[in-house]
Amino acid sequence: MHPVRKQRLYLVLFIALFSSIAIGLVVYALRGNINLFYPPADVAAGLAPVGQPIRVGGMVLENSIDRAEDSLAIRFKLTDYEANVEVVYVGILPDLFAEGQGAVASGVLNEDGVLEATEILAKHDENYMPPEVTHALESSGYDEKGNAK
Amino acid sequence: MIPEFGHFALILALCLALILATVPAWGAWRGNSVAMSLAPSLAVGILVFVGISFGCLAAAFLQDDFSVQLVASHSNTLLPPIYKFSAVWGNHEGSLVLWALILAFWTAAVALFSSQLPLLVLSRVLSVMGAISVGFLSFSLITSNPFARLLPGAPADGADLNPLLQDPGLIIHPPLLYMGYVGFSVAFAFAIAALLGGRLDASWARWSRPWTNTAWAFLTLGIMLGSWWAYYELGWGGWWFWDPVENASFMPWLAGTALVHSLAATEKRGLFKSWTVLLAIFAFSLSLLGTFLVRSGVLTSVHAFAVDPERGMFILVFLALVVGGSLTLYALRAPAVSSRVSFAWVSRESLLLCNNVVFLVAALTVLFGTMFPLIVDALGMGKVSVGPPYFNAVFVPLMALLVPVMGLGPVSRWKRDSLSRWRGELIIPTVVAVLCGITLPALHAPYNIWVALAVLLSSWLVLGLVKDFWERLRSASTTAGGLRRLTPGYCGMVIAHLGFAACVIGIVATSQYSVEHDLKMDPGDTREMAGYNFRFIEVAEVSGPNFVAQEARFEVTEDGVPVASMNPQKRRYLASGSVMTEAAIDAGLFRDLYVAMGEPVGDNGAWAMRLHYKPMVRWMWLGAILMAIGAFTAAADKRYRRQRKALPTADEAVLHGA
Repeated sequence: MHPVRKQRLYLVLFIALFSSIAIGLVVYALRGNINLFYPPADVAAGLAPVGQPIRVGGMVLENSIDRAEDSLAIRFKLTDYEANVEVVYVGILPDLFAEGQGAVASGVLNEDGVLEATEILAKHDENYMPPEVTHALESSGYDEKGNAK
Repeated sequence: MIPEFGHFALILALCLALILATVPAWGAWRGNSVAMSLAPSLAVGILVFVGISFGCLAAAFLQDDFSVQLVASHSNTLLPPIYKFSAVWGNHEGSLVLWALILAFWTAAVALFSSQLPLLVLSRVLSVMGAISVGFLSFSLITSNPFARLLPGAPADGADLNPLLQDPGLIIHPPLLYMGYVGFSVAFAFAIAALLGGRLDASWARWSRPWTNTAWAFLTLGIMLGSWWAYYELGWGGWWFWDPVENASFMPWLAGTALVHSLAATEKRGLFKSWTVLLAIFAFSLSLLGTFLVRSGVLTSVHAFAVDPERGMFILVFLALVVGGSLTLYALRAPAVSSRVSFAWVSRESLLLCNNVVFLVAALTVLFGTMFPLIVDALGMGKVSVGPPYFNAVFVPLMALLVPVMGLGPVSRWKRDSLSRWRGELIIPTVVAVLCGITLPALHAPYNIWVALAVLLSSWLVLGLVKDFWERLRSASTTAGGLRRLTPGYCGMVIAHLGFAACVIGIVATSQYSVEHDLKMDPGDTREMAGYNFRFIEVAEVSGPNFVAQEARFEVTEDGVPVASMNPQKRRYLASGSVMTEAAIDAGLFRDLYVAMGEPVGDNGAWAMRLHYKPMVRWMWLGAILMAIGAFTAAADKRYRRQRKALPTADEAVLHGA
């Protein structure tokens, strides 16, 4: 074989080998690390898997926030006005987390249908709504204030 | 009237850009030198008019002209003047004007500092950049006019700038990042010009290199500032989230890093020519993709402004035109420019090839992780998110593969090297690196295997550089003479690689050794963390120019010796009523202490507090600064600006060193 061709062949083989290692890594990493989004209605209907990382988003239900007196534990409900999902979380909440505002919680659903959240995301400015929450409200057919559309 | 002047100037700039995109390109095609020589003055003209437009917009912000819709919704009379100015780009419309301004700046810079370029090449390069200007200026004018008025019904006061953006870091982060993003358009324009001309030689690479290095340096600084800002401003002590928008800036950086290195091989040895061109296209396309991701509102992110499908569509079409057009041109012309040079496997060329493969694969895996949720959503298979564990699992092994090659790079020779020489050169660095890897992490109990690995790899990298540096000095008759013989290009490489080593150490040490506690604390409480005692004294009311805040007073001691008094704040901004956390940080070269306030707990004055101990977190940013300094140094190399009578042979070029 012509030396330049031969070199090109090795080059292609090397790149192919390296890319397959990379693809292997990608597939391996993706398996455990993607989490699906569920609107509260789907969680209430039992469509969300128990014991797997998922995300749930909706509006924080008015008068549902319950803080512990002696720790950083908090309990609240996320709603798409069709169903509610109870969320427990221990830690510091984002600044714009409040009742009647949109939020996304990621965590694991336990046997009782309570989401044990490891991370809470709220919107980051007054006029912005996380796309997931918009999506959840669209599919339940209510607006942000809970009025049927 | 001022906003109307600004609007008019922007339209004039678009007209000039249209002329720049067509007339010099036509001149280059027909060989009309009058048409070609129009290009530099048109480029300067665009800069002047976009500059006027930007100035008018800034004036509207500084004068609190709330009849301009943009000012009314993003500024406020109470805002300090410097934030009124930075509010210009703290929103979608204004940031596009900034983008256009920086693009005009780069175009004019190419026009003014390229006297050694043949007119034919210069006119093609400027035409391509003019075409990009047309895209962005028309995007700004058609879909997101920054000068739209609110008449009648101008509000008495504005709605205020998002408090997160009221920060010194955010004054310079976007301009630097854009300098980097847009700077890759120069490398892109040179690549397209070379494809159009069908001539790709060492001088082409020599012209592109300083521009690419400069853009890369700015992008590095921009990303570093973004990370630093997130660290102290978001109030949870994270410095990299693999947020889609961070990825959007990181992907061009990865592709740009590959480009910087493959340009070296193309210039010195005439290798990888068509590959380099492809990388230049790829780097700029990723910059555009980043813009699309950030500006179209398809992502949940701090950077997403109001969602508007029309805008997303515009950028998507523009992206398709640029990527599709340039790839088609590449497919047609690449066979004509590809290199016919062979190289030995044991040589610097093959090490640079490794660099390219690693960085390109890294860019592609990040791209995949970022686009995967969008693809799944578009296919209607649900809304998924790909989190940091994915990126860490893929990215960290790739970088670990890279560093051994990086250590070899400086010691290796172009064209043909030998394994036995490598062995001879590297036996001492290897032994010392292994010793460092074993001993240094033992300073911090408990012994951490990941830190040991990071120390091993980065000391291997550093020692390879030191060894090479020493050899160069030793081969000269005097030390001063040896130092003089070092080219800026070589020094830049050394500085940037040292920066990378510092970055690796910083990232691994801070990820492995950090201690983070979320606690409930009553006034008077003391908590111990990593040897430091944090005493929470009280909460006081303070007020700033446009906010009121509750400020916690902390006293930190180590073995009874006062270390710092820290005052984190919880601010309420008056105009918008939004609440924001301002963390207190005691910075040090070897450790940061970080305190942020959560929310009040219970009724007797207790607060949720976030206490962090972050070892060596500064090394990461210092490393990034070193990388940028290195790239600037390399770009300043005189030989890029020297006019060459005859092209050097490959062997001559090799003598100039890295």
